Amino acid sequence: MDLSYSPQEQAFQEEVRAFLADELPADIAARVKAGEEVSKADTERWHAILQSRGWLAQTWPEEHGGPGWGPVERHIFDEEAARAYAPRILPFGLQMLGPVLIKFGSDEQKAHYLPRILDGTDWWCQGYSEPGAGSDLASLKTKAVREGDEYVVNGQKTWTTLGQHADWIFCLVRTDAGAKPQAGISFLLIDMKTPGIEVRPIKLIEGGHEVNEVFFTDVRVPAENLVWKENDGWTVAKYLLTHERTGIAGVGFSIAALERVKALAARTMRGGKRLIEDPLFAARLAEVEMDLEAMKIFNLRMLAEAQRVGHPGVETSMLKIRGTEVRQALNDLYRRALGPAAALIPGEAPGGNAALVEPEDEAAAASYFNNRKISIFGGSNEIQKNILTKAMLEL
Amino acid sequence: MNFEMTDDRRMLADSLGKLLGSQYGIEHRNAVAYEAPFHDKAGWNALAELGIIYAFVSEDAGGMGGSGFDLLAVFEQMGAALCPEPLLGAAMAAPLLAEAGEDLEPLLAGEAIYALAVDELEAPWDAEGGTTEGGAALTGRKTSVYGANAATHFLVSARQAGKLALFEVKAEDAAVTPWGMIDGGGAGEVMLDGTPARCLLPDAGETIAAALDRGRLALCAEAVGAMDWCYATTLDYLKSRKQFGREIGSFQALQHRMVEMKTAIEQARSITILAADRMDGHTTAMAKSLVGRTARKVSEEAIQLHGGIGMTWEYPLSHYAKRLVMLDAQLGDADFHTARVAGSYA
Ligand SMILES: Cc1cc2nc3c(=O)[nH]c(=O)nc-3n(C[C@H](O)[C@H](O)[C@H](O)COP(=O)(O)OP(=O)(O)OC[C@H]3O[C@@H](n4cnc5c(N)ncnc54)[C@H](O)[C@@H]3O)c2cc1C
Repeated sequence: MDLSYSPQEQAFQEEVRAFLADELPADIAARVKAGEEVSKADTERWHAILQSRGWLAQTWPEEHGGPGWGPVERHIFDEEAARAYAPRILPFGLQMLGPVLIKFGSDEQKAHYLPRILDGTDWWCQGYSEPGAGSDLASLKTKAVREGDEYVVNGQKTWTTLGQHADWIFCLVRTDAGAKPQAGISFLLIDMKTPGIEVRPIKLIEGGHEVNEVFFTDVRVPAENLVWKENDGWTVAKYLLTHERTGIAGVGFSIAALERVKALAARTMRGGKRLIEDPLFAARLAEVEMDLEAMKIFNLRMLAEAQRVGHPGVETSMLKIRGTEVRQALNDLYRRALGPAAALIPGEAPGGNAALVEPEDEAAAASYFNNRKISIFGGSNEIQKNILTKAMLEL
Repeated sequence: MNFEMTDDRRMLADSLGKLLGSQYGIEHRNAVAYEAPFHDKAGWNALAELGIIYAFVSEDAGGMGGSGFDLLAVFEQMGAALCPEPLLGAAMAAPLLAEAGEDLEPLLAGEAIYALAVDELEAPWDAEGGTTEGGAALTGRKTSVYGANAATHFLVSARQAGKLALFEVKAEDAAVTPWGMIDGGGAGEVMLDGTPARCLLPDAGETIAAALDRGRLALCAEAVGAMDWCYATTLDYLKSRKQFGREIGSFQALQHRMVEMKTAIEQARSITILAADRMDGHTTAMAKSLVGRTARKVSEEAIQLHGGIGMTWEYPLSHYAKRLVMLDAQLGDADFHTARVAGSYA
């Protein structure tokens, strides 16, 4: 057994580090580090930098403009990028729709949409969830009725992440109301500027605006915007979801989070001692570190297996559960390390007394609350357990 | 053995619950809780008129209570309604002012709003760890002063002649920088720079420690009230939310989590009752630690079991969830109090 990266992989890791050191704009990294919302402009800037290196569409094959990386390279990049406080790559166009079009799209669709994703012309969002259809996605109700060369769409999507910035939304819609839930669903691309679409913000627990409700009233969509076959959208949806789940362990985020908690605890004084010397706090941190070290290897084992057999296994669900638990535990310790000052609302540090909380730590509690989401979306942890139960136990 | 509340306390709790229900509906609550001065004068006056503050003071000193169970009766209701008013300061100030032989009438009538200023940046939750010094004037920096923006008076701990003393500082004399708390309500920093102060108790170490423990008990009771609310709300949601053609409450995986949650809440309630009965530092530390841990767990479970809706500002649960997590950071978190308990073993 050899747990280290191969010489080529090590060289690649060095290359990624050097790239991040040279190319990641310091102002953007600082905002990511401070837990501020990453603006549309920041995301676009970062995407463009990655694209100019050919590293943006990491899961796409080379013929469509991807870098030709395997799972290990992608993992190395994710880890290094998170540690350097790079903004996350927006997944909707690049990691979700792109692979779907490459597998299921028509030649015209590929030729039209893929380059526009790469050069940032189109910002995509994901229209899967509805108020009545969360974990049970197949119960979705948004209707699309074919009229000549158009679909007429009526209904509502919700939880649409960054839909306020989006040019396009990919939607699951019901095209056959009489069929069984999983049948009769289609995968449709909709221009957000079409008349009849209304986007309403949803404010989240910590006060931020990242999700929206999207309402469709008699929205007319050209029939050529159907991906794959009518009433067979579920096949497409499931393929997309397997892409959503890759990299979801968030190892890189947790490595960065662990380093921050350690640094904060090392400079925080509590009753004449540094917090890092407090046996209770240190023990908690140590336990999370053990979980994280184990998870790194678990993740690599899964990647090696995926590389061997050609697709990820059911272990992705285990990694999603453990990965979100570790991240949330680190978010919790980070907030706790600040003591009572963690309650300060970000951006409201009393003037002149900035030392109450360093600006880069102000969002600790807000991030903790916001990150409750990671065990809910992308298939909640309970749903992951159901998947594992079915796949493993044979009960 | 009798775990029933006395009639007096039950009546007080009932009327308080009704008053909070009518004065602090969640929208109004949020408007008050997230905007300076984080305090609603009319609501505060109504609380005072109901005689709530009298429940914090013994009959000898002119009040109508002062026991741990009085604190419990009041703060459970405050937690259940998520009321952001600075009642914690009054609960801690009452015994201090009584000990000092001060006129309690302004406090009891709600005219004077007191906030306790003991925390310092490098020694949170621990009055003895502070470095502020003084006599007729004080110099130092007090952080995390809850209710600072509404306060008319601060009770400040500071060293004088080698002892921890208690001083009163008028709000208009101090430089207060208020800040809003993420879970609602206000706190602030009090900057003292040769600020005029009046010494109330020259040797106040034990009295301040006891007052802080009363505050901790109040926070435990507040958490119990808020946890009960979260449990009931989550249970209702599990009964009404349908996925896969059935109520999500019919999934055994979620049923067991609800049972765990309820068991944990009953444990938290029980140790809070014990602390209210004993009113000693050791038991209060046990209660604050256990309740702190439980409150976070309940908060996280309640959000998770709701799914996305539990993450939204519009849904009241999210505000209860924030309060339940953040009250651990007030007056000593779970680790701080676990260390107090563990320290007694040596
Ligand atoms: C911040 C955020 C961003 C999101 N972004 C997007 C987006 O961009 N696009 C999009 O389409 N969607 C998005 N989502 C939606 C997300 O995918 C759903 O919230 C998620 O699938 C859960 O659905 P729900 O919220 O309706 O919860 P529900 O499905 O109602 O679940 C409630 C609870 O019941 C549990 N549960 C449900 N069924 C079972 C079962 N069979 N067994 C055991 N437990 C069960 C769940 O785990 C959860 O704990 C986002 C959500 C959030 C919170």
